[in-house]
Amino acid sequence: MRLFRSLSALLLFAMAASACSIEPWVMPYERDHIADPIMSFDRDPVSSSYIHHVYEAREGARGATGSAGGGCGCN
Amino acid sequence: MFRAHGHWRNRGLALVTLVFAFEAAFAAVLPEDRADVLYHSYDGGGVTIDGPSVLVRKQFAGKFSASANYYIDSVSSASIDVVTTASPYEEERTQYSLGLDYLRDRWMFNIGFASSKENDFDAQTVSLGISQDLFGDLTTISLGYSLGDDIVTRRGDEDFSDTIKRQHYRLGVSQILTQNLLLGFSYETITDEGFLNNPYRSVRYLDATSATGFNYEPEIYPRTRTSDAAALRMRYYLPYRAALHLEYRSYSDTWGIDADTVELGYTHPLDDGITIEAKVRSYSQGNAEFFSDLFPYEQFANFIARDKELSTFSSTTLRLGISYDILDGGWKFIERGTVNFVYDHILFDYENFRDLRQTTGLAPGAEPFYDFDADVIQIFISFWL
Repeated sequence: MRLFRSLSALLLFAMAASACSIEPWVMPYERDHIADPIMSFDRDPVSSSYIHHVYEAREGARGATGSAGGGCGCN
Repeated sequence: MFRAHGHWRNRGLALVTLVFAFEAAFAAVLPEDRADVLYHSYDGGGVTIDGPSVLVRKQFAGKFSASANYYIDSVSSASIDVVTTASPYEEERTQYSLGLDYLRDRWMFNIGFASSKENDFDAQTVSLGISQDLFGDLTTISLGYSLGDDIVTRRGDEDFSDTIKRQHYRLGVSQILTQNLLLGFSYETITDEGFLNNPYRSVRYLDATSATGFNYEPEIYPRTRTSDAAALRMRYYLPYRAALHLEYRSYSDTWGIDADTVELGYTHPLDDGITIEAKVRSYSQGNAEFFSDLFPYEQFANFIARDKELSTFSSTTLRLGISYDILDGGWKFIERGTVNFVYDHILFDYENFRDLRQTTGLAPGAEPFYDFDADVIQIFISFWL
């Protein structure tokens, strides 16, 4: 929990401090591979949510199964 | 007569995960309009579960995307727990969820609601999320919170009713590292408070007065649990058009369970609209502190459990998936579609949970360890609108 708060504070700070002033080292026109559907962390949400449910019902571990966002910005 | 569920602990939890699952994956772009119709089937360890799942997502007013999911589990169970301590049963679980994404500049806001009902469990969840693209859209950061309220009852016992309150705190970072490499990091803390055990399950203890040498009493779990999970994911675009996927998750909780998950996957589109996917997943965990297959005597400790899900075990999954593009040129309001088949074969291997179907001539605690295989099938059609 403490770790979560620390990381959240760090991320909120990053969000607040960012003015997107950093020059992207992979330019938007260079992201055709990243934008390919085969590179999606979660290509079929209806399928991945089902299989996560299958595992959660039978295993002790839980959480952090999400796709964590795409971050492509190239559509 | 005791009944025994195979997936009691995580019912409400699954609902919370579901709400997260349908949140927009891309922060600065609204998700595509899409409809999926899926049939799922699980068959393993004497349990069969199948049913439909329908997911629809649609943009409106230029800044919003709404999603809705309807899901059914039809369960028929004669699991190892049921066979040894209870009676086989059938039941149905119905679940629906609604979500709304709002896009403003580089910020995405999500709200969600989900509800799951069955004859002895009622769960409701609300969730909130926010995400933002940073650094020329190379980085996406997301934060999420969910609150779940469950009501637990017990069939055949009208006097019993209890509650569970669940809270999820989630953060995620997704990072474009190179033109071909995408990284993802997820961290999630979950706290549960309330009646966390299965009201039908029991533990085993040594009893010299019993003909079998052992006897059963109801299990007792702690009423609180906090878990932390962190996962690192990587997708790499290969020199030819194909993707390699690697994932590691580390898990620990206040019940003493530690677990590791490793996944390696490969996605390969062929020329004629077919995409194949193969994956290997390996999972292993240590048992909860209060787990034992056989306690020395009755009421041995404040907390006692014999759920195989809390034992020391490993599971290995082999997956093969095939997707086929249809309606390539579109049809009426449909832009394109896919037909998909996904097969997972899962092997569960328990290291300190014993198979009590085979007790003849064996002293208590000398029975073989339990293992089983499961076949999981998904068939679904997807349409982009």
